[in-house]
Amino acid sequence: MLMRHGQPIEVAGPAEETRTFTGNRGLEIEEGLIFEIGRPENTGVDLDEPAPFEYRLGTLERQQPAGLPGLSEPETMRHYVRLSRMNYAIDAGIYPLGSCTMKHNPRLNEVIARLPGFADIHPLQPQASVQGALEVIAELGRWLMVMTGMDAVAMSPRAGAHGEACGMMVIKAAIAAKGEAATRRIVLVPESAHGTNPASAATAGFEVRAVPARPDGTLDPAEIRRQLGPDVAAIMLTNPNTCGLFETDVVEIAAMVHEAGAYFYCDGANFNAIMGKTRPGDLGADAMHINLHKTFSTPHGGGGPGAGPVVLSSRLAPFAPVPFLRREEGGLRLVEHRGEAPGAFGRIAAFHGQMGMFVRAFAYMASHGADGLRQAAEDAVLNANYVRANLKDLMSEPFGDRPCMHEVLFDESWLKGTGLTALDFAKAMIDEGFHPMTIYFPLVAHGAMLIEPTESESKASLDLFIAAVRDLALAVLRGETGRFDGAPHYAPRRRLDETRAARNPVLKWTKPIV
Amino acid sequence: MRYLPLNDEDRADMLARVGAAGIDALFADIPEAKRLARDLDLPHRKTEMEVERLLSGFAAKNVAAGSVPFFVGAGAYKHHIPATVDHLIQRSEFLTSYTPYQPEIAQGTLQAIFEFQTQVANLTAMEVANASIYDGSTATVEAVAMAHRITKRRKAILSGGLHPHYAEAVSTYAGMAGDEALVLPPDVFATEDLGALVNGETSCVVMQSPDVFGNLRDLSELAAHCKAKGALLIAVFTEAISLGLIHPPGAMGADIVAGEGQSIGNRLNFGGPYVGLFAAKAKYLRQMPGRLCGETADALGRRGFVLTLSTREQHIRRDKATSNICTNSGLASLAFSIHLTLLGDAGLRRLARINHANAVALASRLAAVPGVEVLNTTFFNEFTIKIAGDAAAAVERMAEAGVLGGVPVSRLLPDKGLDDLILTASTEVNTEADRAAFVVALQGVLSC
Repeated sequence: MLMRHGQPIEVAGPAEETRTFTGNRGLEIEEGLIFEIGRPENTGVDLDEPAPFEYRLGTLERQQPAGLPGLSEPETMRHYVRLSRMNYAIDAGIYPLGSCTMKHNPRLNEVIARLPGFADIHPLQPQASVQGALEVIAELGRWLMVMTGMDAVAMSPRAGAHGEACGMMVIKAAIAAKGEAATRRIVLVPESAHGTNPASAATAGFEVRAVPARPDGTLDPAEIRRQLGPDVAAIMLTNPNTCGLFETDVVEIAAMVHEAGAYFYCDGANFNAIMGKTRPGDLGADAMHINLHKTFSTPHGGGGPGAGPVVLSSRLAPFAPVPFLRREEGGLRLVEHRGEAPGAFGRIAAFHGQMGMFVRAFAYMASHGADGLRQAAEDAVLNANYVRANLKDLMSEPFGDRPCMHEVLFDESWLKGTGLTALDFAKAMIDEGFHPMTIYFPLVAHGAMLIEPTESESKASLDLFIAAVRDLALAVLRGETGRFDGAPHYAPRRRLDETRAARNPVLKWTKPIV
Repeated sequence: MRYLPLNDEDRADMLARVGAAGIDALFADIPEAKRLARDLDLPHRKTEMEVERLLSGFAAKNVAAGSVPFFVGAGAYKHHIPATVDHLIQRSEFLTSYTPYQPEIAQGTLQAIFEFQTQVANLTAMEVANASIYDGSTATVEAVAMAHRITKRRKAILSGGLHPHYAEAVSTYAGMAGDEALVLPPDVFATEDLGALVNGETSCVVMQSPDVFGNLRDLSELAAHCKAKGALLIAVFTEAISLGLIHPPGAMGADIVAGEGQSIGNRLNFGGPYVGLFAAKAKYLRQMPGRLCGETADALGRRGFVLTLSTREQHIRRDKATSNICTNSGLASLAFSIHLTLLGDAGLRRLARINHANAVALASRLAAVPGVEVLNTTFFNEFTIKIAGDAAAAVERMAEAGVLGGVPVSRLLPDKGLDDLILTASTEVNTEADRAAFVVALQGVLSC
């Protein structure tokens, strides 16, 4: 039972196992919306009214309050702490979402990002007063270039997809500089790619053509050759790909792409598998974004913020957007205007990039060092293969029996005839205390189940995870579906009705009519 | 390495289980010639103490806003953030969770997004808001693209009062997509007549208020012009706290609102991460970019929340999606929402009044300095001053004297003949002593 101003509000239907007076279940506490528990006249911030003064607002003073409830500080604390306890988190357990690289987030990085010298500096204060910040950006950029074997880096993209768009815009500018803007309009995107790839190519004004994978889950150079032509601007290729497989023919593909006058954009989402083991620049990439919020551990925060710097080959470097850093006598300087950078294709956002994420990522890299980064990649790949080795006898692999990189892909075919789906299986994993793997991605596998344990898991953690998944899988194969029907049973909510949410969208709270 | 749980014994056991002779057997798909035979040419691992020392050294070379009289704005503002905000966003369950793809174990994040969406809609007086865009500038880019989809026209008109970085971002994206973006000349005195430029080819007009020079803009008349021509009005703001005291864009007829939310709950962070606020009229819902959280019920009939209407998004619609955005500004939007929850209507209005009072006080102090002219008739917490001399040099020399006095307009708009203008912002953090120091510093610069 939720209370508003001392009156009960009904949001929960009757439910046999939640039939407590309050609707709470021990530590799990039902919590109303701030609009139900707060009042507009209350506030949790003490501020003194200013002395009377003459407004300079012309005729534009607000006439109506916005309708924003306020809560005192203790009420605010309780509200959000209660909400937080309804969330799963990497700090609480394995988070094996394939393609998401949910690794440990060191708290040192949080401490450092909050130093006033980083958190409390303004993007437009005089550059002489932020030389330390510019040095961090330059140093992070240098590490990224060394790790990828590339020649330049654009630091301003705010997230992976923003980086993809930035990279594709660099490519478009390079093509335009060669006078081929009107003819090279096609970007090849494998069917296994993240949805952001085709969407980003479209954002940059390209047309997308899908490339099918061959039966082993990787790209066929012959198919690429067939599709390449004078109308092709670029290929966007994720390596390792979203099936968790290294594209074995990447060098050959890169060469034929270059030969055809096109560019090779590499989606760096899966860089965690190969850092310190190989360099995308050596494999022929012309541009690649790096998700600092994946590979370099800046926290996901329930959906961001991220950062997506783009490393560039020497062929593309002249077209990088503003701003970028230039080392001059007396220190570093941000070049902020195209007047100083005639090749730059433009600007993709205000200011200079996600400094808060740069600091965290750099602290992470510096902590690991070259040796630690390589070890992290090796452990990530070893962990994924260990999971694979222990599950492949029960679960089906869409592309045959071969080692994976940092994530292992299973599909739904082993569930055939059981009446269960990947979704059912995932929801039952929740009851066992695990965040499920990524399901239904990549689209090239039917009922995909993509597991990425990352290097942050101990062997004991993996052994428990494996044992639990095996136990569930064996139950399925014995025809015992009770644990799956209506799962999850032990989460703060039972299965949620997504169809209803989409059919009748309720996207904000409105005052109920009494 | 302190972040890696496996030890060599584990690794050996696991390799044996996998059936690999050594770790490199698992990397055999990488062409041998391209495998790195040695470590990257970078330093080796560092202890926590060493990393702290290294990065503290870099931090110490920067002048923090809180350490000096500080008046820099132009799209990012120094405000006080209650300690509660930063504590709560560092809760493991918020900080280290992913986008809420499994809603049954992500109700905390989802309810917080639902509350955020409601707060943004109410603050802007719009009908629907999304779960955030990266920042104000990218929200503006998305708003223009959305207007093109709705109107099926491809020409945007950008006010000369729009933040120049925002205008450049919109122009860049437009150029790539083959759309047109007409950027009007800098409009220091808010005298441009955008309504006269709107015609049957106009997709949208983008107007910022308070504009980059600090002027407040009445959007009502422009909204009527747009409506008459079938164009959309996109309202932009960079100072969210202004909405505590200023008539909201939704009440003036805006079709889409794109704003920067940094001022509420988020630190300056040298430009990012920030939080883009995005709201629209409900009839345009299906064309909105980004994540949307909606209310539903679970199998027992209890209220719950999920991400919804995802058929608009890239992971379903791919190249036909409304946007390529995936990761957005989750934790920054949570900080915004918590701070706004602490404030409430009453607190927000008072905070906005303090900001306005401090700016009014500063304007009158500066106007009294010989060689200084305050150009604005209206403003909220930021205005433009004209000085006798070069603004960029003056700002640099004030900084040397320990006062960060604003942004020279030439930093944003070089080569426009605006070299004697400074954008100056004042918020609740400024004291009378700060204002006095600013006056002394500016007098010092102007007298030599």
